Amino acid sequence: MKKLIIFLLILHQYQVVTAAEVNIYSARKEALIKPLLEQFTKETAINVNIVTGEADTLLKRLEVEGRNTPADVLLTVDVARLIRAKEKDLFQQVDSELLNKTIPEHYRDAELQWFGLSLRSRIIIYAPDRVKESELDSYIDLADDKWKKRICVRSSSNVYNQSLVAAMIANYGLEKTERWATGLVTNFARPPKGGDRDQIKAVAAGVCDVALVNNYYLAGMLESSQDAEVAAAKKIELFWPNQDGRGAHMNVSGAGILKSAKHKKEAIQLLEFLVSDTAQQWYADTNHEYSVNPAIESKSILKNWGKFKADILNLNLLGKHNKDAVLLMDRVGWK
Amino acid sequence: MLATRVVQALPNAENVKRRLFKITSWNTVLVGISLLFSIPLAVVFGSLFFPEYEVWAHLRATVLTDYIGNSLALLVGVGFFSLLLGVIPAWMVTMYRFPLSRQLEWALLLPMSMPAYIIAYSYTGALDVAGPLQTMLREFTGWQYRDYWFPEVRSLGGAIAMLSLVLYPYIYLLARAAFIEQSVCVLEVSRTLGCNAFSAFRRVGLPLARPAIMVGLSLVVMETLADYGTVQYFGVSAFTTGIFRTWFGLGNSLAAAQLSALLLAFVAVFLYLEKRSRKQARYHHTSNRYSSLMQQRLTSGRGYIALIICASPLIFGFIIPVSLLINWALDTYAEVLGKDFYLLLFHSLLLAFITSILALALALFMAYSNRNNQSLLNRMLVRFVSMGYAIPGTVIAVGVLIPFAWFDNSLDNFLMENLSVSSGLLISGTVFTLVFAYLVRFLAVSINTVEAALGKIKPVMDEVAKTTGMAAGTIVKRIHVPMMRGSLLTALLLVFVDVLKELPATLILRPFNFNTLAVRTYELANEELLADAAVPALAIVIAGIIPVIIISNSISRSRPGHE
Repeated sequence: MKKLIIFLLILHQYQVVTAAEVNIYSARKEALIKPLLEQFTKETAINVNIVTGEADTLLKRLEVEGRNTPADVLLTVDVARLIRAKEKDLFQQVDSELLNKTIPEHYRDAELQWFGLSLRSRIIIYAPDRVKESELDSYIDLADDKWKKRICVRSSSNVYNQSLVAAMIANYGLEKTERWATGLVTNFARPPKGGDRDQIKAVAAGVCDVALVNNYYLAGMLESSQDAEVAAAKKIELFWPNQDGRGAHMNVSGAGILKSAKHKKEAIQLLEFLVSDTAQQWYADTNHEYSVNPAIESKSILKNWGKFKADILNLNLLGKHNKDAVLLMDRVGWK
Repeated sequence: MLATRVVQALPNAENVKRRLFKITSWNTVLVGISLLFSIPLAVVFGSLFFPEYEVWAHLRATVLTDYIGNSLALLVGVGFFSLLLGVIPAWMVTMYRFPLSRQLEWALLLPMSMPAYIIAYSYTGALDVAGPLQTMLREFTGWQYRDYWFPEVRSLGGAIAMLSLVLYPYIYLLARAAFIEQSVCVLEVSRTLGCNAFSAFRRVGLPLARPAIMVGLSLVVMETLADYGTVQYFGVSAFTTGIFRTWFGLGNSLAAAQLSALLLAFVAVFLYLEKRSRKQARYHHTSNRYSSLMQQRLTSGRGYIALIICASPLIFGFIIPVSLLINWALDTYAEVLGKDFYLLLFHSLLLAFITSILALALALFMAYSNRNNQSLLNRMLVRFVSMGYAIPGTVIAVGVLIPFAWFDNSLDNFLMENLSVSSGLLISGTVFTLVFAYLVRFLAVSINTVEAALGKIKPVMDEVAKTTGMAAGTIVKRIHVPMMRGSLLTALLLVFVDVLKELPATLILRPFNFNTLAVRTYELANEELLADAAVPALAIVIAGIIPVIIISNSISRSRPGHE
């Protein structure tokens, strides 16, 4: 009996360890990464297994599963969660010349525990019939009285807003950011609701005149198969904020290899594949995200929007200030 | 095996000694099982021992009043409207004949197959400021956004409407079953004593059905408190959104668990008040004589009014949202359907099937042991286990994740030390964990239904049967099974439909490469691709319709004299 148990356990572990595969916990939705993973399997014959979910629930799962977790790689859509994973000591250092060469320093961890893979920018959109481009300036300016009841933005429970406010705290300090957020909230045209696409539609429908959104959604709407989405997106214009200052705020999606990874070699191969020109071009063309590799230029709608100045703030600060950002937004009544 | 257990538990004078022994060991098993299913809840309550003063001070100073206020408003609003939408049509289709009344009997259950977050998506798509209706209105009249008033879907009121429209069927189902069971004689006597149709309903029918309606209401209340998808989408800060904000935003899972414990306290208070209010006024069926029910035929004018009243929950809760989904699905089905899609369907059905059968078996086991042993411990444990229904799926999932991973890791450590073999994670991350979490969440549904059914079989019936020389097995077969068949089927199918719709626990606990229809719907809708989400959403609804129709038919048949 004892022998049988040992045999079965060895068999069980054997399966876990030896197959050429890599296991991913992904906060990125399956549809937005699957084509790339299929391409990876085709090129390397390494099978990819994936579970998707909310970043923090995945972190919790990793934490309680401990060293026995089957996962090798954690993929997230925002850098604050990568930093949280690093703080929980879940990642290991990865030394890959290719990764270091391709990804600019400000989009990867100083200790090489996580790596940025793609970028989205938090931009201002406006209704050209009610707002002149010259009236717009920076995020800070959105707290000005002239925008009273004219701004739409989604809930502060959303990580993009948390990251933006964390960046503001890092750039301007807690006090100034809190004053700014107080002003911003009084300028809301309605209580925050819906997602980023909803804010774009609200500006198009006249509920508000300007909105803070992720440019990835705007691109998605412009290329949607739904006529109503395209029509709404065409009614509004895009504005790059902070071009005279630090530059537009960027959301960084990325990945790290877990300390307990049982397929470290394959995991590194996967990350290297994800920064390869093919993969980065896919991010830029199909997924409407900016490549972390400055050499890659998008052929999609992003190209028409042209070049802009991005904020290259030390991303560790976003992780550090995330909690402060949420507390602050609670205090100023940003729902 | 269960059958023999049941037999042994029946009053059996010849074998008192053996019976006592059997019952005790059976009881140990019951306590063991209840404790096992209490673990996730215990994890939630356990968080209270590690107070997070700083976070609580912040919550109290800022958002806690909002959370409590909105959750209470939701509770009262959804409770009130689902009672209205559930009880009135249930009475009308049972007592009267009017156009389409036969079809409405089962059709009124259909909204049950619609997950709350999906009805919310579809109505928002249609009625939002940027939706087709308001856009048309603006284009047609030349008005601007601020020139006219239009109800705001994404609001507290909207959330109450959405949740009521999909939750009322729980009340309708139980209320209708209760009305059907009522002895017609009682109602007829009330009429001869001078009650008109309305006062017969108010003074006789309603009070007699009250226990059943309350069971339905408590399910509705628990579902409402556990809802996350709808309130989050509508931007209503309720308890559940607060739990996730505290966890994800503040990165404090302990304080999040404490918020859940507070939510549970709410539920406990509600359940207690409900029980107590019923104690003061016990209603018994005074007669068990059945005669075939004479449904009163309504004249044409009144008949159409009845039709409008009874059809509106169906129209708003099912026909309109399904039409909207179909409209979107027509655009996108070609891209979404595929081999992959049928796998999703298979996974959803498989999980629903396994869970509903296990839940029924466990509920039968618990109900029969409680019937024979009135020990307080038993009752408390079963009540405690039933509270899982009110906890958001995510919280349950974490409550399952922690002890299971702990078990796996301890076993692994032990084996490594003693046999130098690693077992890795044996049960964490398997379908087993997922089904366990479903059971913790949905056992309440099957326990409530089975207990209610068993309650109708009075012990005196067993004893009478015994005097006729029936063996215990025969009693179960000839008396219990026929009397409970309808309810058991209901218990089975309710859990089936609930698992089909379940999202958060599935999202956290599922194994690699294992998706369900609900997961796919959520992922697409969360990316704000509502049109693409429509196909899997419709599949959930369609897969849920069949069991719902079966439930309805079995209840109709359960009334003596009702074809």
